[in-house]
Amino acid sequence: METKGEESSPTDGDKMLEHDSISNSTTHSKTTGLPRKRFYRARAHSNPLSDSHFPVPISPAHFENDCTAHFPKFFPNGSKKIEFADIGCGFGGLLISLATLFPDTLMIGMELRDKVTEYVKERILALRASSPGRYDNVSVVRTNSMKYIPNYFEKAQLTKMFFLFPDPHFKEKNHRRRVISPHLLDEYAYVLKVGGIIYTISDVEELGAWMTGCLDDHELFEPVTEEELAADPVVELLSTATEEGQKVARNEGQTFRAVYRRIASSHAR
Amino acid sequence: MEEHDVDESEQKLEAEVAPALIAVHPYQKFVSVAVGSDLRVFSFQHGSAAQLLDETGGHKDSIRAIRYSKSGKLFVSGGDDKLVKVWDTDFWRCVYSVVSEKRVTSLAVSGDDKFVSFADKFGVVYVVDIGDYDDENRAPDRKEAVPILSHYCSIITRLDFSPDGQYIISADRDFKIRVTLFSKERLEGAHEIQCFCLGHTEFVSSIAFASSQDYAQGLLVSGSGDSTVRLWDYNSGSLLDTCEIGTKAGLLNSNQKQEDVLPAVTDLCETYDGSLVAAAIQSLQGIMLLRCNFSARTLSIAKVVSIAGETFIPTSISSASSVPLLWMVMGASSLSSTDSALLARVRVVSGLGADSEPIVPETSVVEDKDVPGGEPLLQALQGRLTIGEEASLATAEAVKTATRNLLIKKQYSAERRDFRKRGRNDKKIKP
Repeated sequence: METKGEESSPTDGDKMLEHDSISNSTTHSKTTGLPRKRFYRARAHSNPLSDSHFPVPISPAHFENDCTAHFPKFFPNGSKKIEFADIGCGFGGLLISLATLFPDTLMIGMELRDKVTEYVKERILALRASSPGRYDNVSVVRTNSMKYIPNYFEKAQLTKMFFLFPDPHFKEKNHRRRVISPHLLDEYAYVLKVGGIIYTISDVEELGAWMTGCLDDHELFEPVTEEELAADPVVELLSTATEEGQKVARNEGQTFRAVYRRIASSHAR
Repeated sequence: MEEHDVDESEQKLEAEVAPALIAVHPYQKFVSVAVGSDLRVFSFQHGSAAQLLDETGGHKDSIRAIRYSKSGKLFVSGGDDKLVKVWDTDFWRCVYSVVSEKRVTSLAVSGDDKFVSFADKFGVVYVVDIGDYDDENRAPDRKEAVPILSHYCSIITRLDFSPDGQYIISADRDFKIRVTLFSKERLEGAHEIQCFCLGHTEFVSSIAFASSQDYAQGLLVSGSGDSTVRLWDYNSGSLLDTCEIGTKAGLLNSNQKQEDVLPAVTDLCETYDGSLVAAAIQSLQGIMLLRCNFSARTLSIAKVVSIAGETFIPTSISSASSVPLLWMVMGASSLSSTDSALLARVRVVSGLGADSEPIVPETSVVEDKDVPGGEPLLQALQGRLTIGEEASLATAEAVKTATRNLLIKKQYSAERRDFRKRGRNDKKIKP
């Protein structure tokens, strides 16, 4: 047994992370090869207003160059573009489920927290190694999606965007920091194709009402019908595929969903 | 630890210094200069300073943006006192004082004089309907600004309407330019983004439109802290050309150290010759003229006009669309109540002719005695006739530092970052 690993404190684990040799470090389970969450713990809350120190692509064309590193089996010589984006992907639960459900679609997770992004990266690499041919279509990037979405995606590029259990920012003065807001929806509408879908879910009733309200009021979104929701295999994953969702289910909490479609503008051009 | 605190308070002071601004009436009926909270207007018709009529006594804090509307009938000013003032230029009466939640950083007026748009320090862009400005029954105190779009948590450095009024263009500190559809149906919210013009690698400081008879819709020109001026097709967001003005113009002289940053473009303005755009550049004593070639869709440096005989680095430039003169001002508001407070030096360049032939324009720097409006103008706009050399140098330095603090992200060393986070629970050393 890996007694040394079990006893080591998180700070020792962090130091090992910095040394980059993944397969030997105790941050990964020896049996499954998957990274162990306790070495990647971070605070749940991260400040979206601060200018953190991560590289941001100058434009979507520049980001395409990075895609060779993200999706080596599809790039270079690829003509595919990323179609799904999981905003605030956390530990990657949704992406991992979507990857096998849509094996020919490229998808990416965006996450602000450094350690959590590292965890997802390691998880994807480990899964690619243990299940060859699968999970080549999914990757993760560390970024602030409230400021930089247009840097990553072209106009009308995405067909699905996900916002699972976002930070509720309870205080009214912090409502403007919410990831779904009337002004930010302009940017999400910009990167979504007409017909593309935005999926949101929360276990906080007020936030669920807020997101529904913002989407209802926005002229470029309309609600997806109940029939379509019932027929969409992705909808169930919203509450079951992620850590957060599973925790809510364990505590028998309620979830509040808002799923909307990007529509064409009704203004004459 | 102490030195960190002193450092921060010094930086705070420097960030408060506001550069002097200049704006010229489209038919050159007036020239306005704003320094600190002081707004100075010279009327050519009367050959003297115009009296400004404002019930609230003018701006109470540094003015950060001034603009004439295309028709010249309106003038707008706004800044740190969180007010946007709309002036009727016939009588220089303040017809509206619109309240903003945060400090105002930029302004624009729609081509039909119906809307004023302004942006605040938090990145929200507002629109006010002022179509009734000359109506006697209007309610001057109850004009409300409606937020129509925002650049999330980013300082908006410039705002403008496209020449045909179809778009509203906003440029920010985080290197982005956003082009959004605008119309009177969209007064509750301009939600449809046309495109983003992405390519700059530093804050975007200024935008202008290059246009010609045959190409009335124009191309977008932008200046940035990355020392480039770029040309864009603002319908699609495509980057057409990049002019590396820092390296090309040989602005780096032998005095500058290796580590010095390339000089930022601080202001741009359209000129009488629509294909020529003038640029003010940090540390350039004069201005640079750039020529836009509409068929090739390129931008190139046409000429560098140097000002000799005094230290003159323009903080703001402006030109009347109908007169081949370029007006420049150098100045800054000051914190100390010394003699150099509210310093402004005005210079003029002539010869921005109408030929669209690709020859170098025959420009010349106008001497004080030949400036239109003569001594009365200089007295009214500068506050006095002559400015000392020391004061000029101090101003140039203060503005440079203020721009850097405002627009360039503070880079902390790793130790400094850890020191700042020392209070956080997850950063505490476990026993």
